[in-house]
Amino acid sequence: MEKPLTQHIKNDGTWLTLKEYEKTGGYSALKKALKMKPAEITQTVKDSGLKGRGGAGFSTGMKWSTVDICDNSATPRYIIANADEMEPGSFKDRFLLEGNPHQLIEGIIIGAYAIQANFSYVFLRWAYHLAGKALTQSIQEAYDAGYLGKNIAGSGFNLEMSLHISVGRYMCGEETALLNALEGKRANPRAKPPYPSNSGLFGKPTIVNNVESLSNVPHIINNGADWFLKLSKTGEGGTKLYGASGKVKKPGLWELPLGISLRELLEDHAGGMADGYKFKGVLPGGGSTDFLLEEHLDVAMDYASVAKAGSRLGTGTIIVLDDKTCPVGMVHNLERFFAQESCGWCTPCREGLPWTAKILAALENGSGKTEDLNILEFHTHYMAPGNTFCALAPGAMEPLQSALKYFKADFELHIHEHKCPWNS
Amino acid sequence: MAKIFIDDKPYEVDGSKNMLETSLSLGLNLPYFCWHPAMHSVGACRQCAIIKYKDADDKKGKLVMACMEPVADNLHISIEAPEAHAFRTGNIEALMTNHPHDCPVCDEGGECHLQDMTVMTGHNQRRYCYNKRTHNNQYLGPFVNHEMNRCIQCYRCVRFYKDYAGGKDLDVFASHNDVYFGRQEEGVLESEFSGNLVEVCPTGVFTDKTLKKHYTRKWDLTNAPSVCHQCSLGCNIITSERYGTIRRVLSRYNGDVNGYFLCDRGRFGYEYVNSKNRIITPAKLLNGSFAAITSSDAVQEIKAIINTENTIIGIGSPKASLESNFLLRQLVGAKNFYAGVPANEGKLIKQVIGILNNGKVKTPSLNEAKAYDAVFILGEDVTNTAPMLALALRQAAKNEPNEVAQALKIPDWNDAATREAVQGRTGPFFVATAHDSKLDDIATQTYHARPDQIAFLGNAVAGNINKQLAFVAADTEIEKLSLSISAALLAAKKPLIIAGTSLYNEAIVHAAANIAYALKDQGKDAGLIYILPEANSIGSVMLADQYLEDAYQQAGPDEAKSIFILENDLYQRMDKKNTYDFLQYFKNVITLDYLENDTTRNSTVILPAGTFAEADGTVINNEGRAQRFYQVHVPENDVRSSWKWLTELTADNNNSTAIHLDEVIDSLVTAIPALRAIQSVAPSAGFREDTQKIPRSPQRYSGRTAMHAAENVSEPRPPADPDSALSYTMEGYVGIPPPALTPFYWSPGWNSVQAINKYQIEVGGELHGGNPGKRLFEPAENSKADYFKTIPAAFSQKEGEWLVLPLYHIFGSDELSAQSPAVAERVPQPYIALNNPDALKAGIEEGAIVELVLNGQKKWLPVKLNIGLPKGAAGLPKGLQETAGILFPFFTTLKIAGND
Amino acid sequence: MYYQMWTAKILFMTEKILTSGDITEIEKVFQHFPVRSAACIEGLKIIQKNHRWVSDDAVKELAELLEMSPAAIDSVATYYNLIFRRPVGRHVILVCDSVSCWIMGYEKILAHLKERLKIGYGETTAEDRFTLLSVCCLGTCDHAPAIMINEDLHRDLTTDKLDAILETYK
Repeated sequence: MEKPLTQHIKNDGTWLTLKEYEKTGGYSALKKALKMKPAEITQTVKDSGLKGRGGAGFSTGMKWSTVDICDNSATPRYIIANADEMEPGSFKDRFLLEGNPHQLIEGIIIGAYAIQANFSYVFLRWAYHLAGKALTQSIQEAYDAGYLGKNIAGSGFNLEMSLHISVGRYMCGEETALLNALEGKRANPRAKPPYPSNSGLFGKPTIVNNVESLSNVPHIINNGADWFLKLSKTGEGGTKLYGASGKVKKPGLWELPLGISLRELLEDHAGGMADGYKFKGVLPGGGSTDFLLEEHLDVAMDYASVAKAGSRLGTGTIIVLDDKTCPVGMVHNLERFFAQESCGWCTPCREGLPWTAKILAALENGSGKTEDLNILEFHTHYMAPGNTFCALAPGAMEPLQSALKYFKADFELHIHEHKCPWNS
Repeated sequence: MAKIFIDDKPYEVDGSKNMLETSLSLGLNLPYFCWHPAMHSVGACRQCAIIKYKDADDKKGKLVMACMEPVADNLHISIEAPEAHAFRTGNIEALMTNHPHDCPVCDEGGECHLQDMTVMTGHNQRRYCYNKRTHNNQYLGPFVNHEMNRCIQCYRCVRFYKDYAGGKDLDVFASHNDVYFGRQEEGVLESEFSGNLVEVCPTGVFTDKTLKKHYTRKWDLTNAPSVCHQCSLGCNIITSERYGTIRRVLSRYNGDVNGYFLCDRGRFGYEYVNSKNRIITPAKLLNGSFAAITSSDAVQEIKAIINTENTIIGIGSPKASLESNFLLRQLVGAKNFYAGVPANEGKLIKQVIGILNNGKVKTPSLNEAKAYDAVFILGEDVTNTAPMLALALRQAAKNEPNEVAQALKIPDWNDAATREAVQGRTGPFFVATAHDSKLDDIATQTYHARPDQIAFLGNAVAGNINKQLAFVAADTEIEKLSLSISAALLAAKKPLIIAGTSLYNEAIVHAAANIAYALKDQGKDAGLIYILPEANSIGSVMLADQYLEDAYQQAGPDEAKSIFILENDLYQRMDKKNTYDFLQYFKNVITLDYLENDTTRNSTVILPAGTFAEADGTVINNEGRAQRFYQVHVPENDVRSSWKWLTELTADNNNSTAIHLDEVIDSLVTAIPALRAIQSVAPSAGFREDTQKIPRSPQRYSGRTAMHAAENVSEPRPPADPDSALSYTMEGYVGIPPPALTPFYWSPGWNSVQAINKYQIEVGGELHGGNPGKRLFEPAENSKADYFKTIPAAFSQKEGEWLVLPLYHIFGSDELSAQSPAVAERVPQPYIALNNPDALKAGIEEGAIVELVLNGQKKWLPVKLNIGLPKGAAGLPKGLQETAGILFPFFTTLKIAGND
Repeated sequence: MYYQMWTAKILFMTEKILTSGDITEIEKVFQHFPVRSAACIEGLKIIQKNHRWVSDDAVKELAELLEMSPAAIDSVATYYNLIFRRPVGRHVILVCDSVSCWIMGYEKILAHLKERLKIGYGETTAEDRFTLLSVCCLGTCDHAPAIMINEDLHRDLTTDKLDAILETYK
């Protein structure tokens, strides 16, 4: 099984140096790309089917094509790698950043060339200190080797790259909020339109991509769109870094063909449930996705199939709910997280999320009422996609709405027994 | 134009707007919080949700925010769809989870936008049963009160304060449901426009602190449409009264003048009307002290003086209405009537009137000024001499950079996206003043220099634009600067030149006209605005050709024996000793004024004049716009409009019918045809809306029967108002009155100032019936105006002498507002400002005490440095008691106090 | 007399928080941004790195350096949870309380820390040794529960491992 993203990662706490990376064929894609036309690169990435691996699943090539690169269009342009991985349950980008930073850097440079950007940033979350060290060293190596700066590899293309380390807040993972954070402002999101490809960083055309998405780009250029499409199991293209956390035997991270089944991930790779625990449910793509149940275990873990099953692939890192963990408590933990991380700009998120968190807390400590379920249900409609300023609140509603659907009986137990049955 | 469908009804609407302003303009009731007609859309509060359909067949649609939804041809939306209603109600419920529901003790109650929107959506049941988040409040100064628990986080306050008004010390802190709106630390809000927070805030977070001292519910206030008298811009206001005291001043919307806003001097400077220093009864000097006399005795006394004495001279006032000034002129005769200002000021204002009159270049209204895209200010600290103009200029500075947003197809109502694309850049903006000014922070280039140098710069710019003018740059600095300024003005679409009379420099006034004329001759759509000293500077100077110095020469044993002074404290305007001597010559000094002052103390007969709140009249602003102001109540004492006293004094003894405002105006325009326009400024007193007068009080006004029950149980008859179509009751026409007669804003379901929407043809635009006021001067196509070619005399300054210039303070330089307690707190202590290089040379440090002679007396003042004065110059704050009566500019020597 | 007044003035000048080293570091960052105000977050990070927390005076001095108002600086500083606007101890413990750590028992870890250090969230131990704060998902969920102390990640935690870990932070 091909594992282009992770096959060279050493797993000993060190990352590939530039020389080591070049030995694996690193930067050959860049050299090839610099001889292509930018539009060709964008088309290749489009044809490969690569979808945004940050959770949104939007076609990366399509996103790049929205930047106007003709001569008299606005400059400078920016490309930014979103390394602000803070989705609860997600830990895949960390692995790539700590293991093979040059792979990401090469992807950024190719992407920059495709959209004719001359400035790039890696927006890294504070907590990933090792990754910060890895990127600092690697960016310098790339400059020294002439892969960054002026006249890259003699092509005439210039690119500056800066590492920006954030100072917290989950909201920064949202691309427009990230732009505001880079501009030194409060990380509130922006309304779209205008899209970042028209008015992004400092009002200039900007593309923001996830670390895993960009890390795929050198391989797509080297091996072609068809190759990438064939890597996946169900035709959406490429591999995926899948993860599992919770009470499974082997929590971990694996690069697998995009589209393997949930069952395969859970049982073959994560080893199934830990001894003494039974499977109750799973959030397939991080904290802001809908629960899936046992009946969904054969669903293919790709974007379309998971959506059809009523959830989202998101980051592809599953959080497993076992039978000895209270589903109400789990949702309470999530809603408290989202309420805390709300930026405070729009009413439903700012006022609605704390209310849901308080209700869930009341249910957990035994003072919940039947009315509370109606109010929770109401909030899942109140904060539906499009009703709020950005996707944080609708994401927060995904675990809640699915828990109300699938674990209603558990909620009702809390109300009728005036306590949490799992915690007494 | 675009054809859209709202709940299946077709409408033809402006295709460039968003659906919220469109719906509101159509009279449909859609709730909102964060949108504001002056600040446009950000889409934060989510209150204005509507359903948008893909096409006519789509039955499901999706929820969108009306304020962020562009009008498009064939757009189908629904306001009434149940899902939209449910969402909007739920949104109010969400806001109510933390709102303290303290309406009974909240100042906003009764004119609260949150109340109105809550009722509009129908939310009335609380399901939330947990704790509410609370905040600590901050002391923000004497004007604005802070009560953060009521905040609904609409972000309007910071958007107004920072983005619209350029303020720096109010901001939003923290995050999630803990966001806090306030200062970084407690303290007085620095922006001159902070008072607008009380109208912009939809709840009771920011409220009027002066109103709080004598709080009254909106429905219990008697109101009147009025005009602010605190500077020459003539912003429209609403005065509100109860129990005989003025409670507050609110902004009155005039789409041509001040729009939605006011400056803090205008909003909070009214309290002097309630001062205990008010003159409330006529008085006569008897044996060295004043004794109160009845009004009929006073009138008899003065009529006797007029009839027996040889000559009586009259001193008018730039603070007083046209009607009052005119009747005094009628009383004493035109050759005995003097404009109540010194010659240097009066002559300059006359020049400005001439320039406006010859109409070569348009003088835009305050609102129109916002549309100009390049600005050059000569010799004016606009933030302090005409604050609301500074606010308008901050908007003008956004026009050129906004073109970037337009190029990106961002609609101009999409506020956040526009500002993101613009990145804080400001357009071509040049400030040439005598010292640092607040508008420097948006200036492309500043030039701090002496008045004569500023005039040189102006003429150099004019000379660059019109090469036929033989103006040569005085030095290389001026040459270089003038080239960049002229280039910017020529490149602009609409260049605007601002100057004024503040530095008492004729060359500056001329230079500004020269630049504007030169631009016009080059085919540019140029504008020219002059800032004048007071509310009726134009009006008073149009009625007289002689000034205070001329009057002072009249004082002598064989000259006039009596003098009548209208609303004017001469000690504020002319040298103290000269003024004292002047007044001593007269056998009879009759003063007609509102507050005790040195002039009234040196008079022989005093009549109580009505302030703007107790008088009707017409004033002409700096743009040449005549506007009418109306009194808000009939005082129980003898205070009345000055012109009313004068009609009694000019009336024959046989004629017992009182003369009313319309008749005074009639005789005014007959005598002075140039002022014909003032007749049509407002409807006459005979105007009726369907047989009814316009009530000054809202329908729910309460307590009329009980208010004076302690004195007399019978309900008193409401006072009659023969001078206007307004009545002193709550009974009368319920609806939208003519704009010049609008005393308050209300519409069913809209109790807050947001009701203004209902009074406008299109939200944010012109009022139904037209924006009030009539311009006297319009641009004339065939104007033959000449350039001012005289090159001023060379400036010379003796070694060791300082040129003292006036420094203007929004709080302090206006005589009346400075006597209002809240404003008085902000008035600076007297000081003298020096330029840094000369101070350093003389060994004078910040805070050192220096001695100089003012008004013939030695004065000791602390030194202020670092305000950017040019070499050789010093500055004194104008209008403080210590600097009253000083004619600027003047030369002086200084010495460090104690050094002999 | 003039000279005496001048020296008196120097003695009365308040001690600045930002050292010249801080200022040089911050000014170096300016070149990365088209406007000074964009360096706001970098400036706050540098101050915190060198002073452990950002005081009111530091906010005012940074404002002067960046030609912004103190309110604008603090508006940004108070938004981000990793800018400390109150003093913290020599070692900041960040306890992850997100969902995977919760499932794997972070509450026991937190309880142990609270009991051992005798402080709650937001508090600092005597002699300024440790400050205890919560943090959201640290991105190491397959090794939950996890905490960070300063820049160090500690994961696969059990209560018995904690005391030894704490010991290494003097």
